Amino acid sequence: MLMCLAIPACVEQLTNENHAIVNLGGIRKEISLALVEEIVPGDYVIVHVGFALQKLDQTEAERTLAMFAEISALNEENT
Amino acid sequence: MKYIDEFRTGALAQKIAAKIASEVNPQRDYHFMEFCGGHTHAISRFGIIDLLPDNVHMIHGPGCPVCVLPIGRVESAIRLAQKPGLILCSYGDMLRIPTASGMSLLKAKAQGADVRMVYSSADAIKIAQNNLQHQVVFFAIGFETTTPPTAVAIKQAQALDLNNFSVFCNHVLTPSAISHILQSAEVRQLGLVPLDGFIGPAHVSVVIGSQPYEYFAEEFQKPVVIAGFEPLDVMQAILMLIRQINTGRAEVENEFTRAVLPAGNIKAQLLVAEVFELRRIFEWRGLGLVPYSALKIKSCYADFDAEQRFQIPALSIADNKACECGAILRGVKRPQDCKIFGTVCTPENPIGSCMVSSEGACAAHYSYGRFRETNHVTSKEN
Repeated sequence: MLMCLAIPACVEQLTNENHAIVNLGGIRKEISLALVEEIVPGDYVIVHVGFALQKLDQTEAERTLAMFAEISALNEENT
Repeated sequence: MKYIDEFRTGALAQKIAAKIASEVNPQRDYHFMEFCGGHTHAISRFGIIDLLPDNVHMIHGPGCPVCVLPIGRVESAIRLAQKPGLILCSYGDMLRIPTASGMSLLKAKAQGADVRMVYSSADAIKIAQNNLQHQVVFFAIGFETTTPPTAVAIKQAQALDLNNFSVFCNHVLTPSAISHILQSAEVRQLGLVPLDGFIGPAHVSVVIGSQPYEYFAEEFQKPVVIAGFEPLDVMQAILMLIRQINTGRAEVENEFTRAVLPAGNIKAQLLVAEVFELRRIFEWRGLGLVPYSALKIKSCYADFDAEQRFQIPALSIADNKACECGAILRGVKRPQDCKIFGTVCTPENPIGSCMVSSEGACAAHYSYGRFRETNHVTSKEN
């Protein structure tokens, strides 16, 4: 069991009692939303031991990826 | 998968590696501790060491929750599980941790104890609901990531009036462990563990935020960069640490902005504060007794505290003499420095806790690193 190795999962549908079905690369699983707020289908959440720990900020994810791309652009300029 | 594959691109990793190589000062060494077991696993699995210059060293920290739990607590859990009629639930890896006599929860189960592997604290609640005539104990372990789910379970048990459910609480705190390492003689006086900076944990920081690390940056003048668990995250964090060192800065920076906010997950923190309070002292494997480093269940939830319900005594049991888990958890030794690594102690038959969990330094090195190391030696000899 990978306790800390949680991965981002897409929320497919909200279910009863503050739970949701998430899709982890094709595997659908019901998780608890007790630790997060204002989750809607289409959001990505970090899932850990059956609980969503946080909503993934998709804008920040794009920004981080852009930062990686910037590094490679700089490298290419220098070479 | 989205938000995973993009952060594992090999070509980009090479580019970040080139950037690191061009920015390191060849006149010095850089020693960074990755606190979290998730990072230890990622560094080994994706071969990140091979992408770093020889003067950048990664030291494994104590952030593997299964690894740091001392044998005494495991022994107590086994004794609980052996009580007739009691059902003990825990996360999978916990079942395989051996005690000094080679006993484990899994072996206790084979001998007839009712031990159940659960994925979530919510599963333990369901087991309690379905077994009202049995006492059900959730053997709760972990850092700040697993604590909020345990708090939810306790509150749920109270709401459901589940009087056959209790929690054997072993939750521990990341900042106290980092403080303890920075204040240890090995780091401060002996210089056995040179430490120039930390890679801050990913999911622990999702819960506690980036603010709790400010103290380390200020008080100990050590930079901290919080990183996600994917290989590009780790590479980028190493680059950011090198830049801080090169410019004489010691700040908290956040590479994992897609999930970590400065204040963390406040809803989760409030739940934890409602159900748990600090323990005055707690024993860690490797670190010994660490003041205010763990949580216990508040007296208003004492009905759900297994330590009170079953009067669990405090046991302190030494590790197997041949096992180097303690020194490995302090960053003093590496898995390959242990005499029984990969011979007597393997993931199939672990002697020490670091070989049990995939986040453990020994298990990660056994799975991904041991052949790489042999190849390195051979290629250098050639």
